[in-house]
Amino acid sequence: MEIGYLFSTIVKMVALIAWIYGLLWGLGRKKLWQKAATVVLAFGVIQALIMVQIGDFSPFSAFDQGLLFQSITMTMVALGLNLIYGYNGQFSLAQWGFYGIGAYCAADITYRWTNGDASGIVVAGLGVVLGALAIFGVGRFLRTKRGVPVMSAFTFYLFAMVAAGAAAVYIGAAISPSLAQYFGSAGAPGPLASPVALQAVFFLSVIIAGAFAAEVSFIFGLPVLSLGSDYFGIATLGFAIIVKTLLVNSDTILPFTEMKGGRGMIGIPKLTNWIWAFIFLVLVIILIRNFVRSSTGRATLAVREDEIAARAMGIDVAGNKLLAFVVGSFVAGIGGAIYAHYMGFLAPGSFDFIQGFNPLIIVVFGGLGSMTGSIAASFGWIFFLEGFLRVLLGQMGTDAPSWRFVLYPISLLLLMLVRPQGLLGTTEWGFFKDRGAGGKFKANLFKKPKALKPAEETQP
Amino acid sequence: MSSSNESTKAVTSAKARRGPPLAWVGWAFLILLGLAVVAYIAAKAATNPVLFLQNLLDGLKLGFVYALIALGYTMVYGIVKLINFAHGDIFMVGAFTSFYAVSRFNLHQWPQAVFPGIPPAISVVVGSITVMLLSMAVCTVLAVTIERVAYKPLRNAPRITALITAIGVSFFLEFFGALPFVFSGRFIPYKSPFPTTAWYVQDGIHPIVAGQASPDNTISFSNIFLLIAAASILVQILLQFIVKRTKIGIAMRAASYDQNTARLMGINVDRVISFTFAIGAAFAGLGGVLYAIAYSSIWSQLGILPGLKAFVAAVLGGIGSIPGAFVGALIMGQAEAMTMSYISTPMRDAVAFTILIIVLLVKPTGLFGEPSGEKA
Repeated sequence: MEIGYLFSTIVKMVALIAWIYGLLWGLGRKKLWQKAATVVLAFGVIQALIMVQIGDFSPFSAFDQGLLFQSITMTMVALGLNLIYGYNGQFSLAQWGFYGIGAYCAADITYRWTNGDASGIVVAGLGVVLGALAIFGVGRFLRTKRGVPVMSAFTFYLFAMVAAGAAAVYIGAAISPSLAQYFGSAGAPGPLASPVALQAVFFLSVIIAGAFAAEVSFIFGLPVLSLGSDYFGIATLGFAIIVKTLLVNSDTILPFTEMKGGRGMIGIPKLTNWIWAFIFLVLVIILIRNFVRSSTGRATLAVREDEIAARAMGIDVAGNKLLAFVVGSFVAGIGGAIYAHYMGFLAPGSFDFIQGFNPLIIVVFGGLGSMTGSIAASFGWIFFLEGFLRVLLGQMGTDAPSWRFVLYPISLLLLMLVRPQGLLGTTEWGFFKDRGAGGKFKANLFKKPKALKPAEETQP
Repeated sequence: MSSSNESTKAVTSAKARRGPPLAWVGWAFLILLGLAVVAYIAAKAATNPVLFLQNLLDGLKLGFVYALIALGYTMVYGIVKLINFAHGDIFMVGAFTSFYAVSRFNLHQWPQAVFPGIPPAISVVVGSITVMLLSMAVCTVLAVTIERVAYKPLRNAPRITALITAIGVSFFLEFFGALPFVFSGRFIPYKSPFPTTAWYVQDGIHPIVAGQASPDNTISFSNIFLLIAAASILVQILLQFIVKRTKIGIAMRAASYDQNTARLMGINVDRVISFTFAIGAAFAGLGGVLYAIAYSSIWSQLGILPGLKAFVAAVLGGIGSIPGAFVGALIMGQAEAMTMSYISTPMRDAVAFTILIIVLLVKPTGLFGEPSGEKA
């Protein structure tokens, strides 16, 4: 029985990785109808598997679906991190913090909506829009003065965004009585109870969560990205710890009683289904791919390879780092929102910085600078750890599942010794493959950079 | 990192005639922030000076322990440019070694067992020192093993690889320690190898009778605090001596300045690196014992947060600088104690990292750090 289960999990993992690679292959076709057909087909295959039920046997059980949704959220987080770390070379450990921010933000919006309070989405949406306006406004102002120090720019942005947030809360409080007549209230739910409106709110909440995470990452990344590699890493680790601390105290230090602090937020509507998960997965893949393959994406790579050379080419190095960081965090926020509505329960413990090393390890396993590798590693990781490793080790006693956390550092160490560039290195495949500049897309992140040799060595 | 700093410097020096526009805004913000914090603490201190002094002492206790851990971080980073994430877990292993030595094997009572007529005071001192030395030895062996097995093969690999290996080693120690037959994942009450005595200050120093609370509005301290302070300061002096006066210390400084040239000068750099790991781990082991005695509860993930904060302290003081690590650790301890008392206990981690970010923005090399020059 258990062997059979183990075997079926392995088969499912391989099949899902084949499936996602098929999706990437199809998206990489030239014609639009080919892409569209692939998307429809990829969606339909899993949907059919979910619906099939032969007696007692279902080929794709609820547990497998859970693993699939977790893989999809992990894919989003890993893609964002690969953009920041693999493509832009910024060693960030804050990704898990943005994931948590996105999860809690989206969960709060839909929680309030289902509990008869429409002001959540209004205030959050308004705050995100006003925050974006503040960023653009301050950005335009600062662009008129060349060479503003980072600290000053940060001060301007911080005050502008705090003002925007305060304005959103104030306006939300002012108009919330009148909201009740349009959206209904807890006692007399009008559109609040409508399932269609709930789906729309869910979609908006996911986008708002991503945008909120992106804005937080902007204000955090602006000063911190100027620190440089190791210091940036430790500062982002600090950010992840700060986020977790705030989430643990969300009902005491932060004014969100419904998040219930360290006890965990319950009652989040379980809105993530296969349709939404698939839509957001495809959107994220397209967003990341188009970013990486744009001229900005090539500038991102140039910044990783050599900052001075990139600057000489006219690339705004600081701005580019910030952009990659913001886009990566946006994607992480979306992943968090999907996760929150799949679980229906959020505890700050899941956003601990120790868990935050997981996406980093996934990205390293798949290959830094290989988006295809990150996707495969995310699926493999979730199925490996949550799926058959739990089943396999569950045979060994009650405490035995903790063995998996012993096994994966060992596998990580072995990987670092045997193949430090990750499973796929920097090779891209299918949709992510660069066709523009003559085929294979190579980078030398893991080769030792060629040192400037002394003059007598270069002359034969 | 150095390259980006240099190029920004070049840009700013070109504009040095008028200075960058709006630079005052950032400084004003930081200065106002600093003034607000100082004013807040001063107001609190004025209303209850005794509590403030007590916080100061608690902060010192924490800071001295952080100083012991931070030394290992700063020395290792100074030589191999590696954030040795496993260092915090070595600290944890030190605490557990002493736990087993004391609770299971009663090692702290060996003088009494061997020489029954010995005065109890000497027995306690010798026994406790033995426990500490044992922890230090175990940590040293562990650290050197880790260095040989995990880090040495990657000496010439990119820094990312070594960093991820360090994370892997750290996770391995934490989760291997959490296995039921190793340290188990539970909190374990820690039995101190020596009896604790505490004093309070009120018109002179009086001992606190066991089972009674000290009078209100008095500062109290214990022999644990004195021990931690003495050990930490002694280690600082010892390390200064080692680094400044001994041959291996000179080799360490040379290797940290330029490994290749140090090799040309006949220094066995691998041996120096192993020695650095060993000495850092020994101090971390000592810190682990002292931390466990002071806070009397241990578990397998004990080392993570103190380790990280010690690293933050090392960065704060200027990584690679030994006095910097000490000063940074004391600042860290004060910040944490003040936050715990005046803001809220869980916010201490947040405040610690906020201070780090602000210090790095103002002075990227840390308080005592030297400009990184052509390295890295």
